[in-house]
Amino acid sequence: MSGRRIGVYVCHCGGNISDYVDVDAVVAAAREDPDVVVARDAMFTCSDLTQSEIISDIGEHGLDGLVVASCSPKLHTFTFREMAKRAGLNPYEYTQVNIREQCSWTHTDDHEGATRKAISLVRAGIANTKGSAPLQPTQVTTTQRALVVGGGVTGMRAAIGLADTGLEVVLVESQDELGGWVGTFGPMFPHGTVGKDLVARLREDIGRRPSITVLTRGRVTSRAGTYGNYQVGVDADGAHHDFEVGQVVVATGFSAYEPGPGEHGYGAPGVLTLVQFQELLDRTEGRLAYQGRSVESLAYIYCVGSRGPEHAYCSRYCCSAAVHASLRVADVAPTARQYHLYRDMRTYGRNEEMFTESRRRGSLYMKFADDDPPVVETGTDSLTVRLHDLLSAGEELALPVDLVVLVTGMVPRQQDDLVGVLKLPVGQDGFFNEIHPKLRPVETVVDGVNICGACQGPKTSAESIASGLAAVTQVAAVLKRGTADLDPQVATVLAEQCTGCGDCTSACPFGAISLFGSGNGAKAVARVDAAGCKGCGACVPACPVDAIDLAGYTDHQVRGMIDALAMEVAR
Amino acid sequence: MSTQAPPAAHRPGPEAGGRPPGPRVLVWSTNAISDPGIDLAGSSHMHYSPDAVVISLPCTSGIKPAWILHALQQGFDGVFIASDGDECGYLSDCSRRSARIVERAQALMAENGIDRRRVRIAAICSVCAEPFVRQVRDFTRALAEIEG
Repeated sequence: MSGRRIGVYVCHCGGNISDYVDVDAVVAAAREDPDVVVARDAMFTCSDLTQSEIISDIGEHGLDGLVVASCSPKLHTFTFREMAKRAGLNPYEYTQVNIREQCSWTHTDDHEGATRKAISLVRAGIANTKGSAPLQPTQVTTTQRALVVGGGVTGMRAAIGLADTGLEVVLVESQDELGGWVGTFGPMFPHGTVGKDLVARLREDIGRRPSITVLTRGRVTSRAGTYGNYQVGVDADGAHHDFEVGQVVVATGFSAYEPGPGEHGYGAPGVLTLVQFQELLDRTEGRLAYQGRSVESLAYIYCVGSRGPEHAYCSRYCCSAAVHASLRVADVAPTARQYHLYRDMRTYGRNEEMFTESRRRGSLYMKFADDDPPVVETGTDSLTVRLHDLLSAGEELALPVDLVVLVTGMVPRQQDDLVGVLKLPVGQDGFFNEIHPKLRPVETVVDGVNICGACQGPKTSAESIASGLAAVTQVAAVLKRGTADLDPQVATVLAEQCTGCGDCTSACPFGAISLFGSGNGAKAVARVDAAGCKGCGACVPACPVDAIDLAGYTDHQVRGMIDALAMEVAR
Repeated sequence: MSTQAPPAAHRPGPEAGGRPPGPRVLVWSTNAISDPGIDLAGSSHMHYSPDAVVISLPCTSGIKPAWILHALQQGFDGVFIASDGDECGYLSDCSRRSARIVERAQALMAENGIDRRRVRIAAICSVCAEPFVRQVRDFTRALAEIEG
């Protein structure tokens, strides 16, 4: 026995865990440990109710350590650390055990194996908590300035929001001027707001805020420092700038899908992408014409470049944007025949009303099969679109039209330099990954780096701006406190074991370890600057006499976890 | 080169029923990079052996070679290090350092008569779900071959 008094809580996560893991068996195995005073299961350990019960247990049973076995530590480590604090328990005497992402979800094919693994993981969590010690974070003053990368509507709105909280803002845009995609748009769905006007207003708003520094033709070249105090380098307009910033917001947007040559006739006269067609509509005054000829008929082909092998996702905005464009056509060319050739219509929310309105005003909708897309035949002076319409019993239709609009979606921007500098997490779809789309929607796994807008995935301008404001809230919540708690899980020297060889000082990439106390016959001993140490642990294997530990990952804890994981699980 | 198996006392027996247990693999991951990649494998319901378990650290450059030896002596058949490679947020030379740790561990393993193939390292990024699953499957297969 270690003498610890540990509480273990095993989550069902609805059925995400308990559909595959025998939670009762895991709880029973935890109870076998003599240091476990309380072991319970819960439908949702993260719920307010269960947190209240855990807090009650901590007081009632005098718990001095916790294990919560539920989802990935990326999701709820902070939740349970805060809960522990509220109960008067040091938050670093709690261990999060991942029995969802790394157990139930990945072993859906082997329930017995998943249960066996969950028991092992919980035993390791108990061992880790047994070896834990109360830790106190180092508090540092944060820099009251944020870096916003990307000067489209999302980044502009985020910069304004951050400035209005009293923070200084550096806004870096790669192009010649602020505005991004929306700065090139005319009327946008659903309300017809003109993109160029919206951007002009945002530019004026930024101009009225001297706390926002705008750098155009800029790119971020470096990032260093610690949480709340980063040094970033920016090249802009041929000059280099260095800034101290407390947080970073990335709002670099998207690229438009560019069809390949010949894809649905792309490249032939009269075959346009949705973006090109919108530009044509924006230029239209009076009659709708293309290359001098009136447009009397159009075919919109949906999902071009989307929901396929290259880009498996739905871009979400393009159905509504195409329907909105067709309503604009109905305004300027009421007699034009408009054919919408779709796989599935996704005009979600209020946009459904636009869909209804477009049908009321004469648009015809035809559905093609996923594996049987329309074919565009390009003659010398004509365009014909052929499809098998599932709504007409698969009948083949031939539609002679004046224009074909390829309803193209959003694809991730190629920005390897920025990804490399900020270590941005890139998802399988090529967009940036947040920690959790609902629980931590703008944070990334990289401390201090937040993401928002369409760089996370396809979004409408309104959704992007809302996301930018979420980033404002997140950044302000961190910086406006004025101080930040640095992770106390830093290297610690066991002075009595240290021989003063200095191997750790050369192993530390941050210069956070120095030798002290030499001279006058005293033994030199390594000392760690807690504020400078980033907790990588690189010094630990460098020490030839095991005189350095990483707090939270001590030799005692790691060996305890290995021993627990190696134990046989009775079946 | 020895192909000594870990102590039998720690190995689950097939007599317990259910799917026969496979080689036991201890995976070292990193909190910010490779562990999210391993999480993604789970979120995507990709399958690998449940006898592969993960301990996450800030950086694989912080693994003591003695821990690797300890794991093999305690009953793990193999140790897989899911390193950050070039994506490490702490160290620009993380790959070199982590590889050096593996070399030191292999030297310790050799001193203790343990096959050096029982430790393996590969770069696993934050979205490397498929590469991780492939690595674990390959390693599990290789360990089974070592067992003969």
